[in-house]
Amino acid sequence: MKKFFSKGTAVAAPHLVWCVLFIVAPLLFVLYYSFTDTSGAFTLENMQSLSDYSDIFLTTIEMSIISTFGCFIIGYPLAYFISRSSEKQKKVYMVLLMLPMWTNLLIRTYSMMAILDDGGFFNTLLLSLELAPVHIVGTKGAVIFGMIYDFFPYMVLPIYTAITKIDHRVIEAASDLGCNGMQIMTRVILPLSRSGIISGITMVFVSSISTFYISQKLGGGTFELIGDTIERQFQSPSTYHIGASISLVMMILILISLAVMNRFSDEEENSAARSRIGK
Amino acid sequence: MEKIIELHSIIKEFDGERVLDNIHLDIYDKEFVTILGPSGCGKTTTLRIIGGFETPDSGECYFDGKVINDVPAHRRHVNTVFQKYALFPHLNVFENIAFALRLQKVPENEIIRRVREMLDMVALRGFEHKNVNYLSGGQQQRVAIARALISQPRVLLLDEPLGALDLKLRKDMQNELKKIQQRTGITFIYVTHDQEEALTMSDTVVVMADGKIQQVGTPIDIYNEPINAFVADFIGESNILDGVMLADGRVRFSGKEFVCVDSGFEKNEPVDVVVRPEDVDFVAPEKGMLTGVVSSVTFKGVHYEFIVDIGGFKWMIQSTDFVDQDEKIGLSIDPDAIHIMRKSEYSGKYGDYSSFSDELDALSDANTVEEEL
Ligand SMILES: Nc1ncnc2c1ncn2[C@@H]1O[C@H](COP(=O)(O)OP(=O)(O)O)[C@@H](O)[C@H]1O
Ligand SMILES: [Mg+2]
Repeated sequence: MKKFFSKGTAVAAPHLVWCVLFIVAPLLFVLYYSFTDTSGAFTLENMQSLSDYSDIFLTTIEMSIISTFGCFIIGYPLAYFISRSSEKQKKVYMVLLMLPMWTNLLIRTYSMMAILDDGGFFNTLLLSLELAPVHIVGTKGAVIFGMIYDFFPYMVLPIYTAITKIDHRVIEAASDLGCNGMQIMTRVILPLSRSGIISGITMVFVSSISTFYISQKLGGGTFELIGDTIERQFQSPSTYHIGASISLVMMILILISLAVMNRFSDEEENSAARSRIGK
Repeated sequence: MEKIIELHSIIKEFDGERVLDNIHLDIYDKEFVTILGPSGCGKTTTLRIIGGFETPDSGECYFDGKVINDVPAHRRHVNTVFQKYALFPHLNVFENIAFALRLQKVPENEIIRRVREMLDMVALRGFEHKNVNYLSGGQQQRVAIARALISQPRVLLLDEPLGALDLKLRKDMQNELKKIQQRTGITFIYVTHDQEEALTMSDTVVVMADGKIQQVGTPIDIYNEPINAFVADFIGESNILDGVMLADGRVRFSGKEFVCVDSGFEKNEPVDVVVRPEDVDFVAPEKGMLTGVVSSVTFKGVHYEFIVDIGGFKWMIQSTDFVDQDEKIGLSIDPDAIHIMRKSEYSGKYGDYSSFSDELDALSDANTVEEEL
């Protein structure tokens, strides 16, 4: 035995088994189903039929971009604000930020519906103020709202971490050299929190693009995102194969967007490395 | 010369603890002023009030005769070289130095010209495109100085800028800074806890302790005419003895009467008497004004350093003449080597070498340096 297993492999073994069981095997299944038909024979039909779903793909990407952007617009100022507050306040804000994440997605989505529905809390409030009610649930806007609400903590946390890491003296130096508040933001804090922005955007975008359920509920069944499509395909064995091939394309899409984001963060280090060599 | 900065009755407290206690200070245009004092005495806080990073609890800070208490840092014609440089980690050397000019929307070709000029001045030509995070401490220091000087501020604040550098580099940089100050004619306010640095570089030295200014003067004044036991001890080595002023020009200490040059004290006023270690001459015991026994000798290169027991009080004496340990010797002191000071809260706390050892001294020096970092 000793000959085959060094101590290192023995320690890593459980991890290895876990990886194979839960990461590699499912991937292989997805690959297998994507390129086979119900009888198990090799086919490219699944892949070819994907063009039927191109509209859903595009809508999903569009809405993911909008929700990522929305999360950034709301998340960045919030992260900055939290990083500026006292230690005690920081803890409170952090708990408030995490609290929804401890609540089940189902419950969160249902409560959002209860608030936004035509006869819901929000519209009742409008009516009692003698304002016209707004139809929200069932619109694209409602879905985007739901996505932003669910995912923006993933934007805030990495940005908050990046901003807290900025040396306060660097900010003082900027103001010493003539930066007003806005210039400190654009010339020092934004560039120095770039790594946090990149991870925030990546996390929110990847979560958005694989969203389902939120879109079914808040979308009022009027449209679907690619996540919902995949879910639907896997509900009947006859469409497993289509579902698998859509998943495969999704994975590739996500990998591409990760690679793109990686490029952005690499650029920083590359330029650092370049100047180290002297050019 | 005109006053450029005036501090008027400045009081600053942190958490109920008084850090600056009624600071009055005038700083003149084109001067090299050093604020000198032990760690924690309030030097940085004073500088931060001038820079606009702290507001005093009471008192005024004037610039060119106008109160600037409410003027934010970015609108003051005062730039700072921070204790740990605080360079912009996302910008290269060129962009760090060009930072202030870019804010002022100076045309590109002028920026290039002026950054080059600065790089030449701090001897960093060819470093334009280097990443500041990979520069040595000395190089980062130079970038910080160039960055602060490029917008031609009226006043430059430097907070222990050489604290993190090794001795040799520190000496070189002292000379360079002094030259830069003379060439540019910018008022330098320089903070240090190193008395030698203060004496070599400054036009004016401000000695601080416990949040109060103890003395302001030229390096020579401060050294020769310290105002109290704290200053006498902090600036160089001093033997500080209890004495009584008998009359103008006549003082009694160590059980003997001496002629001195000081006057203006009351008859029989208790005073502190300072005698610098290098101002004492060895003579034969029978000719000495005082006699004592050598209790230790240390070779210091240029001179020997002796601890001499005179009637139970340990003196430090520096001399090029060699006398062996346990030898009985006489001391001769010229009238102008005796400096008389009024009693102060610091009387009796300094200037006795009975517990002195080189090792201890070095140890406590190292501690201060660490604290500063
Ligand atoms: N922001 C602050 N909050 C609380 N105490 C402070 C602050 N800044 C300085 N102090 C205290 O004020 C005293 C003087 O500090 P400082 O001016 O930095 O001294 P120095 O520069 O002479 O070493 C120290 O006791 C320090 O702990
Ligand atoms: Mg300090």
